Amino acid sequence: MSTRTLVSPATLARPRGRAVYWTVFSGVVLLFALAFLFPVYWMVTGAMKSPDEVAQTPPTIIPKHWHLGGYTDAWDLMQLPQHLWNTVVQAAGAWAFQLVFCTAAAYALSKLRPAFGKLILGGILATLMVPAQALVVPKYLTVADLPLIHTSLLNDPLAIWLPAVANAFNLYLLKRFFDQIPRDVLEAAEIDGAGKLRTLWSIVLPMSRPVLGVVSIFALVAVWQDFLWPLMVFSDTDKQPISVALVQLSQNIQLTVLIAAMVIASIPMVALFLLFQRHIIAGISAGSTKG
Amino acid sequence: MTKTAERQPVGKVAVRPVQAPPPAGDRRRRRLAEQARAYAFLLGGLICFALFSWYPAIRAVVIAFQKYTPGSPPEWVGTANFTRVWHDPEFTAAWRNTLTFTLLALLIGFAIPFVMALVLNELRHAQAFFRVVVYLPVMIPPVVSALLWKWFYDPGAGLANEALRFLHLSTSNWSNGADTALISLVIVATWANMGGTVLIYLAALQSIPGELYEAAELDGANLLQRIRHVTVPQTRFVILMLMLLQIIATMQVFTEPFVITGGGPENATVTVLYLIYKYAFLYNDFGGACALSVMLLVLLGAFSALYLRLTRTEGDT
Repeated sequence: MSTRTLVSPATLARPRGRAVYWTVFSGVVLLFALAFLFPVYWMVTGAMKSPDEVAQTPPTIIPKHWHLGGYTDAWDLMQLPQHLWNTVVQAAGAWAFQLVFCTAAAYALSKLRPAFGKLILGGILATLMVPAQALVVPKYLTVADLPLIHTSLLNDPLAIWLPAVANAFNLYLLKRFFDQIPRDVLEAAEIDGAGKLRTLWSIVLPMSRPVLGVVSIFALVAVWQDFLWPLMVFSDTDKQPISVALVQLSQNIQLTVLIAAMVIASIPMVALFLLFQRHIIAGISAGSTKG
Repeated sequence: MTKTAERQPVGKVAVRPVQAPPPAGDRRRRRLAEQARAYAFLLGGLICFALFSWYPAIRAVVIAFQKYTPGSPPEWVGTANFTRVWHDPEFTAAWRNTLTFTLLALLIGFAIPFVMALVLNELRHAQAFFRVVVYLPVMIPPVVSALLWKWFYDPGAGLANEALRFLHLSTSNWSNGADTALISLVIVATWANMGGTVLIYLAALQSIPGELYEAAELDGANLLQRIRHVTVPQTRFVILMLMLLQIIATMQVFTEPFVITGGGPENATVTVLYLIYKYAFLYNDFGGACALSVMLLVLLGAFSALYLRLTRTEGDT
């Protein structure tokens, strides 16, 4: 690394500096492994211990016998395929709805100059100031009895999908990105005879791949990690996503089976992270400095 | 708004000079068609915001002054909901717990990530590894982290007490003790959420120009003085932002107390959002729940407004 940080390169080059550096380095590696990796290791191996072994003190660091029974039991007893599928449906739908409606709305606000556009944008940005969780109860009442059409969305994935569209952060992210696309490009497309939808689809969206990726990841992660909202909305056990099901079933299930289910519930998001870690980490770091 | 609308036809003419300016009626019809198209794009998002953001916000305030039971017509009750909630012994506990939680999370959740980022920024090896590892807990579903730590805190075979025994320290009740429960939850929340904070601090640290450190060193500033006079002032804005965001997030804490302690022992971990949940779904008292929501809303809204104001003014310069 060429940039100068707190400690000068000259200090680091000295023998004493080098010794201190490597001591600190090993200390940090050890600390990180212990604080962040070991709990995960403990969870993955805990599920492979026998019920007696997991309850014994002092605990064993490495399971005496490796059982896969915890995982297979969790899969069958806790109906994990059903709950995982529910979560996938909820997350995928929320993602699709957000991409379609937020993109269209952001495009309209950025390029189509709707009347009262400033007012609408202000109203959307104002929701950023209103913490989402503080409004769950009135939101629940709205979903339970939609105004005008008087339909209930409870126990329906639409109760996840539609509120997900009202995401001011993602919409603003998209709008800001679209703002940077020069108007000339779009006007050129229009002179060539492309309609607004065509322009959005074949000019704007291909240019917006990075921001669409970020919004997609945010949308998926948000649904997968959410707990309070699906807990309120899905009283029907068969419709519950994995997060709610885990808590509901945690009371009366064997510990090893529960731990195995926890591991299985974590795999999709951890896999997504490891796959896209470069983009996710870069996105978080970049988002901060731009404010 | 009107200015841009007037400018538009002029711009169109400039692009296509071959066309004669269209007659006035035609122009109005075209503008109307353009508006219709813009609103067609806007409609889906607009309906969702209206239904699930704007309407619930108004409704929270309305229901806070009503006796509300789903299915029957609401009754106006004035400020009765507020006084009833106010005199609930859990109300004081919930606010005290939430504020203590926020304060502790701020102390622990600010100091640890900042020091971590400071050290990580000095390391020249395995940067990618550190970043992935520190962010890993953030990607584990919060429910799983909560259940995992509930198991760690188990008084019998829990890892937390095993670690204390291994270090020859006296064991603790952790989340099962009335005085240790809240701090135990703060530890969980910090562990689970610290990754994002560390990454943002790291990015801020990397944007500090190296010359500043060089100049400070030439002036004879030692390591701690360099941190105090260069690092902290240079990252002050990011620190302030993250503190505010963290306050807003931790004041809405729900998953950890719900999953790990169920609000106990002896209401030691009931939070405001937990109480809102209880009023709505256990007591079926939606008026009380909304009165509480409005109180939380006002407080958090003030913090959010401060955050937005700061990002607007300082972010531009």
